[in-house]
Amino acid sequence: MSTSFWVNGDQQTVDVDPSKPLLWVIREQLALTGTKFGCGIAQCGACTVHIDGVAMRSCVTPVSAVAGKQVTTIEGLRPASDELHPLQQAWIDHQVPQCGYCQSGQLMSASALLASNPNPSDSDIDVAMQGNICRCGMYGRIRSAIKSVDSAGMVAQADEKLFYNVGGADHV
Amino acid sequence: MSKLTRRAFITTGLLAGGGLVVGIAMRPGNQVKGLAAKLGDSGADLVHTYVKIDSDNVVTAIIPHAEMGQGVQTALGQMLAEELDADWDQVKMEEAPAIGEYAMYAAGRRYLLAGIDFPNLVIPTVDGMMMRVADTLNMQITGGSMSVRTTGFLAMRTAGAATRQLLQQAAADSWGVPVAEVLTENSHLIHRATNRREPYAAFAAEVAEMTPSYTPTFKDPADYKIVGTHKPRHDIPAKVDGSVKFSMDVQLPNMVYATVVRSPVTGGSVVEIDDQAARAIAGVVDVIVIPATTVNNMLGDTVSGESVAVVADSYWSANKAIKELKIQWSEVGFEAVSSDGIFAQFERDISAGTDRQTDRVQGEPSPAFSGAARIVDADYHVPFLAHTCMEPLNATADVRDGRCEVWIGCQNPLGFRRDIAISLGMDAENVTLHNHSMGGGFGRKARPDWALQVAHLSKVVGRPVQLIWSREEDVRQDFYRPAVQSRFRAALDEQGNVLAWENTYTNKNEPIEAPLIPYAIPAQDIGYVSSPVYVPFGAWRSVDHSQHGFFTESFIDELANAAGKDSFEFRAELLKDNPRHLAVLNKAAEEAQWNRPLPAGRGRGISLQEAFGSIVAQVVEVSVVNGDVSVDRVVAVIDAGIAVAPDGIAAQLESGIIYGLTAALHGEITIEKGAVVQGNFDDYKAVRMNEAPNIETHVINSGHDIGGAGEPGTPGIAPALVNAVFNATGTRVRQLPLSRFDLNYQVEETGAVG
Repeated sequence: MSTSFWVNGDQQTVDVDPSKPLLWVIREQLALTGTKFGCGIAQCGACTVHIDGVAMRSCVTPVSAVAGKQVTTIEGLRPASDELHPLQQAWIDHQVPQCGYCQSGQLMSASALLASNPNPSDSDIDVAMQGNICRCGMYGRIRSAIKSVDSAGMVAQADEKLFYNVGGADHV
Repeated sequence: MSKLTRRAFITTGLLAGGGLVVGIAMRPGNQVKGLAAKLGDSGADLVHTYVKIDSDNVVTAIIPHAEMGQGVQTALGQMLAEELDADWDQVKMEEAPAIGEYAMYAAGRRYLLAGIDFPNLVIPTVDGMMMRVADTLNMQITGGSMSVRTTGFLAMRTAGAATRQLLQQAAADSWGVPVAEVLTENSHLIHRATNRREPYAAFAAEVAEMTPSYTPTFKDPADYKIVGTHKPRHDIPAKVDGSVKFSMDVQLPNMVYATVVRSPVTGGSVVEIDDQAARAIAGVVDVIVIPATTVNNMLGDTVSGESVAVVADSYWSANKAIKELKIQWSEVGFEAVSSDGIFAQFERDISAGTDRQTDRVQGEPSPAFSGAARIVDADYHVPFLAHTCMEPLNATADVRDGRCEVWIGCQNPLGFRRDIAISLGMDAENVTLHNHSMGGGFGRKARPDWALQVAHLSKVVGRPVQLIWSREEDVRQDFYRPAVQSRFRAALDEQGNVLAWENTYTNKNEPIEAPLIPYAIPAQDIGYVSSPVYVPFGAWRSVDHSQHGFFTESFIDELANAAGKDSFEFRAELLKDNPRHLAVLNKAAEEAQWNRPLPAGRGRGISLQEAFGSIVAQVVEVSVVNGDVSVDRVVAVIDAGIAVAPDGIAAQLESGIIYGLTAALHGEITIEKGAVVQGNFDDYKAVRMNEAPNIETHVINSGHDIGGAGEPGTPGIAPALVNAVFNATGTRVRQLPLSRFDLNYQVEETGAVG
């Protein structure tokens, strides 16, 4: 049975079991591998994509549920091929990723948050981001990076001092 | 089964290889020609084992360590580029292939021959010997927080400095000027008197024919321009747009997908399978039993029980089908074991002193206890833990025509290649292993069990197979951080001075110094009993420090309280003769404003931990409301010696703290009926954004020997946390995770009694 939907602006038609989760259709049929498998039960957020602009867990979303809808994956987050989404730039400036495996999902959740709430508070960030686990524990940097993007989508220059303080030893 | 620790095995390897290494012809100084062919590059000159220079003057550092999130490839590149005087903007990093030439001789030199100061004359021989040993042992391991300390300090610096010297020599010969007058700067050679300036690339071909020195002259650290400065990680841009390729992202023509299941009780094998329902699932290609394997590397034996795989046209189909398998597993004798039973066994063995061995005995503990004004005792314990890397175990293999190609992300590519070759009955030369960035490693991906599974599957089905473990399999078939119980007794005099420290814990692993304390306590007796457990053991971020850091830094806090002294000042007093530790502790207390009063319901705790050559102090602030603990703030200070990549160290500290906090708050693998109970992030929880504290990191660039960064942040968070909880509530938490502890109940009890 075929299902049609839009992925990153392109119409796609796949002939798969309609109950197959969107995650595996994106990865296996469409060869878009930026969206990650982490748990399979909507607990970790690594598979987060936008469905009609809302951050959703693709590992538990049957492909039939997105028929006719707009899906955006990490590959479609940048506004143009030579341009990064402000959050992607902020992620680089704040040196957010370590292993990077969760970061597609983190960015999709964060970008959905900013799209609806350009100036999120700490508790807004807690609510929007708590579905995304980062086992490398980069939550502080993720929070700083989100906050560095202003409501006009401009990224504040990252200050190295935000991350760490280096001092010489006072005993040697 | 004999227990081989990493350390023991290296030693054994040296002895076993002794006959081999003694009369061995040293590898020729210039291995570049043969190697260049193996790297399969064109257009770039390999000028040293670790350095390529292409015609655009781009320098590529070849890094024999895997990237699992720790940023090591950038740090090692910095070390090489610094000594090479390379233009950092024109430096690239690439991971070394899994071939013997990139075995880690430097780790061998550091660990096997630690403490020996070799005269320069014999270093080539020693390195040649270590190269041979490392190659024989297939050592290409990333772990132990040792990449920068060993490969960086001994190998990458040497490669950079030696290459620079060769470039200077080649330029001097070509220009007909004294070599001493040839300067280097930003990947260029300069002769001021004749106003010459040429890129390194102009001499790369000549240098590729020359033999590099094993003992080049290094820079004075005061002249460093790249090491010690903030260089953005080279791997990060590909990690923000989804383009980084993990091994699961490999897609090959004609590839099928597989998933596996093993006996819930470790070691069980298949008695009978009913796979009718599984085979009826659309897309299923085959159901295959994968035989049990045992391989041995530096980490010891990796025993993998028999497993059953479903191969299908999609991971989803395979996963759906595997749940339909009805498998009867053989009984192995552990079917009645539970976590409660294991802790009862620990209790019994500690009380009986079963086969007690000692780590440190000093002074005279017995008279100290008999003459003590006060004796404090306590028992602590921690559960088994799984690694739960974000990326579930996966690999892709193509075994055909007597050859095997594998795509994987692992912590020991060369060792994995050897193990795969042995399991397939092939020569290692016929196995090509492509190592990918790992989605976390934490010690789990040093064990090759899943690599052997995928190789077997591809061999059986005769086409490329991508094996993906479910998260449940990942949690239930781990090599676990061991559960440990630790018993303490300390003797105090009237003034609250600690006279004696006695500690007995279950089952020693490594590093050997993990249970030792830096405090000046005159009499000490620290040892362990043997209390074997069948649950598979694996290195878990910071290994034994993860348990002993919690135990010792909590108990020292109990002693401070018993002595009626401030936790920070009590420690500082006992560190008078350890100025480096004291400086780190003082810095943490100062940055945290240790003496600033906190409102009711809040508390502050401190810890100090030396691990992997680095010293870390942490101050934690908590709020306890209705028994619920929230971690508000962590101030962390690290002295990792020369801070090669300061932001990398800070990031590792943050990461290690959150990893340890997950364990402290939530981490618990329980055993029931011989099997692991937990299976996914719903019952094996991780700290999330809403629980993550604000972490303030401070890096002391002390100039001491380089310490590790990946692991030292992890051990100190749990004790600082429970010390803060004690400060807030008066309740002492002696077992983890904290989420199992009913602070409401405890607080009410204390209040009722008081």
